Amino acid sequence: MANSEYLLQVEHLKEYFPVRAGFSKTIQLKAVDDVSFAIRPGETLGLVGESGCGKTTVGRTLLQLYKPTGGRVVFDGQVVYDSGEQYDENGQLKVDANGKPILGKKVQADMMPLRKQMQMVFQDPYSSLNPRMTVEDIIGEPLDVHKLCKTKAERHDRVMELMELVGLNAEHAMRYPHEFSGGQRQRIGIARALAVNPKFIVCDEPVSALDVSIQAQVVNMFEDLQEKLGVAYLFIAHDLLVVHHISDRIAVMYLGKMMELADADELNDNPIHPYTQSLLSAVPVPDPRTARAAKRIVLEGDVPSPLHMPSGCPFRTRCRYATEQCAKAMPPFTDRGNGHFVACWNK
Amino acid sequence: MSEVKNGNKPQYVLEVKDLHTTFSTDKGGKVNAVNGVSFSLEPGKILGIVGESGSGKSVTAYSIMDILSENGGITGGQVLYKGEDITKWDEKKMATFRGKCCSIIFQDPMTSLNPVFTIGNQLMEAIMLHTDRNKAQAKARAIEMLELVGINEPEKRIKQYPYELSGGMRQRVMIAMALACEPDILIADEPTTALDVTIQAQILELMQDLQKKMGMAIIMVTHDLGVIASMCDEIIVMYGGRVCERGTADAIFYHPAHEYTKGLLRSIPSGSNMKERLIPIGGTPINMLDLPAGCAFCPRCDAAMKICLREQPPELWVGEDHLASCWCNVKSAKEGK
Repeated sequence: MANSEYLLQVEHLKEYFPVRAGFSKTIQLKAVDDVSFAIRPGETLGLVGESGCGKTTVGRTLLQLYKPTGGRVVFDGQVVYDSGEQYDENGQLKVDANGKPILGKKVQADMMPLRKQMQMVFQDPYSSLNPRMTVEDIIGEPLDVHKLCKTKAERHDRVMELMELVGLNAEHAMRYPHEFSGGQRQRIGIARALAVNPKFIVCDEPVSALDVSIQAQVVNMFEDLQEKLGVAYLFIAHDLLVVHHISDRIAVMYLGKMMELADADELNDNPIHPYTQSLLSAVPVPDPRTARAAKRIVLEGDVPSPLHMPSGCPFRTRCRYATEQCAKAMPPFTDRGNGHFVACWNK
Repeated sequence: MSEVKNGNKPQYVLEVKDLHTTFSTDKGGKVNAVNGVSFSLEPGKILGIVGESGSGKSVTAYSIMDILSENGGITGGQVLYKGEDITKWDEKKMATFRGKCCSIIFQDPMTSLNPVFTIGNQLMEAIMLHTDRNKAQAKARAIEMLELVGINEPEKRIKQYPYELSGGMRQRVMIAMALACEPDILIADEPTTALDVTIQAQILELMQDLQKKMGMAIIMVTHDLGVIASMCDEIIVMYGGRVCERGTADAIFYHPAHEYTKGLLRSIPSGSNMKERLIPIGGTPINMLDLPAGCAFCPRCDAAMKICLREQPPELWVGEDHLASCWCNVKSAKEGK
């Protein structure tokens, strides 16, 4: 299974959270349910979806910030997590006579050395930086944790180098986070993630909290850093135009399930899944003539509660093409040619 | 704008003339959040006010409604509602203006609804306050309004509390409440920023529908150029508390004449520039405590000249229905002659 083409392989990833429902009853909230994808070295995979669809949970579960409920994560040839569940060729979970899953060997790798390879940039540049630490200490902390610098001078030089890399004035190293603007703080967060020379960064809505005129600066910086350092991104965002601009491939999630995954331009020009189609048509394009000519596919109703998920395909309650089959089973996530994966019975 | 075109002056539903709004800070300083904003709104038109945070777009909207916080106030200019200056109105008269003549909906529908009253209760309160309907009539009107904004089973919904509704539903309730007394003007302050993109499309579609049905004028305050492009007849671009450019949607998007608007349009991914590098606006957002003497945008402007630092640029016609305040236009006009 180990395929050296990919830096990160995620198979059948599941993340269920227990939710108290009454005095002694708990029910499972299936935040991420059977999600599979892979990322090549130096590639950007965009992950889009509405709030509550589980895109942030995917990012955090990959880094084992949450303990996964099931699935398998392979990073750079090393198994990071394996719940031992086994699947047949059709992607169905293998179960024994009692309906219990047949479990193989369970694996949970020591995360400490892996954190040098996999890092994260958070959405909110205001709450993800410790207000009592100077910028030098914030960026230097991962260097200390992983003992990457032997002397103080070496650490100082490395911090200066990182600050310049992300376009911060190195003279500001002794300042505190509150002295910086939102865009600059996001740069500090990125410098911190880059300190350990990772191969892979999960970017969780890194530009959503920034002003329009600052977003472009940060998007450009992500693209420049990738070119310079060859780092791969999982770029999570809800702004489809920004995701399209930065990503090589885009994955679309809905209620914890992967709906479509394709090359960025292919997904934009030729969306197959009805959810992707309506999502793309709902994006307000900053071009009055296109906006007037465009026909929006407006979805009826709201996203169902993840605690009471519809049977089968979760999107069927809002789908124009829904049939009986959609209520019975989740459609398989199949390749429709050129790596364009879609999970839909009718399209 | 239309003054010039039509010759005779059309009846504006709202005119803002040289509005100045100032806030005092704890340290005794003054923040001039709005510095001489003027615009006029024709009945049944949708006007978009676009700008980044701190540009004064929301404060302009709040000044019209006179709902500024304690430390702020209008320090100059006029707000004319059908020709009457409402800045001179007393509190009692303003209370009849709000809701009946002009309503506002806010970004976050959770914090603008009262969590301890049912939505029916809150809707009926607004209706009974502004019209002489009795309780039963107000209830009938509330149900009618909920139906109008696309909420199913309105009889059941009016007994529910805000927490029982989703974000999109709450924003629909806010719109129902704002329109219950059939105001002439609806101010929408970032009405879809807190919503998901598919829900945003629903709400924008609903607002356009209702605008056609009820014929009110809408002032759409947002930072999202996409929302503005699909909704508005006319657009005002604000920066640093001033209007830097105004015109029709097509004029602003296809022939931007202010360096800030040009930069803004270059810096966003728009569908046509997906393969190209974005061209960001340099520098950091404006500090309202320390405004430059000249053009507010000049510290971040690539085309800045000496005069930009010293003096406010005049507002110049740059096309039919299109005005911009930029020294570059003055320069090119002089060179043209």
